[in-house]
Amino acid sequence: MADENGGKRTGVLDRVREDAEDIKKIVREKGKEEIEALKDPEKTQLYRSIFRVKHEETPRSRSLGVLSNVFLHLHPAKVNRDATRYNYTWGMGGITFYLFIVLTFTGVLLMFYYHPSKVQAFRDILYLENDVPFGKLLRNMHRWAAHLMIIAVWLHMFRVFLTGSYKKPREFNWCIGVLLMVLTLLLSFTGYLLPDDQLGFWAVTVGTNMARATPGLGHEGPFGSLLGMTPYNDVRFALLGGSIVDANALLRAYIWHCIAIPLIASVFMGVHFWRVRKDGGISGPAPVMLESEIKEEKGPRPVIMRPSGMV
Amino acid sequence: MLGDWHQLWEIVSAPDNVPIVALLFLVPFYVWYAFRQARANDELIEKLEADPAAAKTAHRKTQPYHPKWDREVHTWPYLMRVEFVAAILVTVLLMVWSLTLNAPLEEPSNPNVTMNPAKAPWYFLGLQEMLVYFDPWIAGVVMPTLIIIGLMCIPYIDANPLGNGYYTYKQRRFAIWTFSLGFIGLWVVMISIGTFIRGPGWMWFWPTSTWDAERVEYAVNRNLDTIPGVVTGGLFQINGSWVAHLLPTANRDYAPILARIIFGIFPVAIYFMVASYAVYLVMNSTNFAQRIFRRMTLLQIVTTDLLLVLMLALPVKILLRLIFRIKYIWVTPWFSI
Repeated sequence: MADENGGKRTGVLDRVREDAEDIKKIVREKGKEEIEALKDPEKTQLYRSIFRVKHEETPRSRSLGVLSNVFLHLHPAKVNRDATRYNYTWGMGGITFYLFIVLTFTGVLLMFYYHPSKVQAFRDILYLENDVPFGKLLRNMHRWAAHLMIIAVWLHMFRVFLTGSYKKPREFNWCIGVLLMVLTLLLSFTGYLLPDDQLGFWAVTVGTNMARATPGLGHEGPFGSLLGMTPYNDVRFALLGGSIVDANALLRAYIWHCIAIPLIASVFMGVHFWRVRKDGGISGPAPVMLESEIKEEKGPRPVIMRPSGMV
Repeated sequence: MLGDWHQLWEIVSAPDNVPIVALLFLVPFYVWYAFRQARANDELIEKLEADPAAAKTAHRKTQPYHPKWDREVHTWPYLMRVEFVAAILVTVLLMVWSLTLNAPLEEPSNPNVTMNPAKAPWYFLGLQEMLVYFDPWIAGVVMPTLIIIGLMCIPYIDANPLGNGYYTYKQRRFAIWTFSLGFIGLWVVMISIGTFIRGPGWMWFWPTSTWDAERVEYAVNRNLDTIPGVVTGGLFQINGSWVAHLLPTANRDYAPILARIIFGIFPVAIYFMVASYAVYLVMNSTNFAQRIFRRMTLLQIVTTDLLLVLMLALPVKILLRLIFRIKYIWVTPWFSI
């Protein structure tokens, strides 16, 4: 700087003043740039590093937005126009999945306040209901979401049946779906015991008493005693970790409820969604088929069963 | 005849029963909603069947249609926005529900104080209601297993290629009737009975009657082989004298038991034969049904028939109990049906 000023000696203060002018200019210009860029955040490095593609109203951008996003790529880039309407799917499968997410979220929060032991469990619920901020809301949401999920699963199954969506090539996915429904019921059932109150205790007592009657495996079931079953070694004992609903049963219900079944269900869900895509997306609304168009099958029959759909 | 409306209100407004009250509205609504679409499709199908030339070029859907519209739309935003709206609506519903109704919490668990009635969670009340008619090994173990297996068999035994991906009634009468019988007629109805009708002691309380824990019900349930006239006389005398002749002397005491075991096989076998023939008749009741039946393999026919016969055993047993007060059809020392 000193050179620019023609060798004139300048004081330190002048230099500082000049630099300050420069910095001011830089801040003003760069700042303006920065603010301008905010109007178009998709061009920023930060945005691109997260979302990878620009969001524009072009077919390419819309497709990439779905395909290159780990959460959205469960979906295909394009869907049947009529399938986006409510009347065909009733949205029940999606609602079920959403409720599973809600339940995982509220469930994890509930776990912070809960000890699966006979001494603590009931008190934890009282503490949760009366002292934890929003604890009551949390518990209510978890319970009602669980009930709602069961209703949604049933209605989803009803819809899939009524639209014949289990037919070829989606037979196997229907089976996965049946297992997921059973897992949903089991999730709800194992959660019922956890408050350790009279309601849960007797519901689980009634429920697990059925296991005593398992043919061959329960001590009161047909042929159970013939096969050496007693209250202390039968399938009910295995479920409860004891001959009565007590501390071990509480711990087992807790572990099944919070860890084992959610894990198993997540795996099945992965397969379920994967198969929806692999089997050609959701089943419809498809063009109607006429009776006169049924093709009679030719050639040798498959060993076990022939496909039930069009051949 | 005012009735105990307070009792009814107490049952209906119990927070844990809200889902079942909701189900009572949701199931009929969605049945109506599905059949409205099925009827529209069936009308279209009828029109196209009558006019094969038009069928070749027709759009074949009842959804709004314009030839210039794309068959497919982008997931973003057309599906995503629907999903986000659905998620928001469900969240709002849950919030409102959670703010207005509290999850039940009873006294701390106490094995010495039995709840009366002690009810399973509402979604298992259908199974608990089944306990009235069957022993626990059937109602609690065999039937649930059969339900799961039966549901998983559906895609493999339904040989009807029509109705894949659209609502229809006329093309799938048999399938829709059987599924609705199972899901609505048995599952949902029995859950409703278990919730609203069964009171203390699992006794039958009509809506608006008071749940009286002291009530005593006079009911004598008999086994089929103890009904006078059924086994007395003829081949199946209770004393089993005819069996006794066939047994070694030392084992003659077992003759009456053995006679009953043998007796019980017959009504069960007759039920299986009559019911499976009835199912066979239904499966062949129309020309179209016959056509589908001919497409089925032997394994498919046998499985379908067996599953339906087992499912029908439930309403049959319910009627036997309610009308004839029969407890068991077949009594053996190891199990009873």
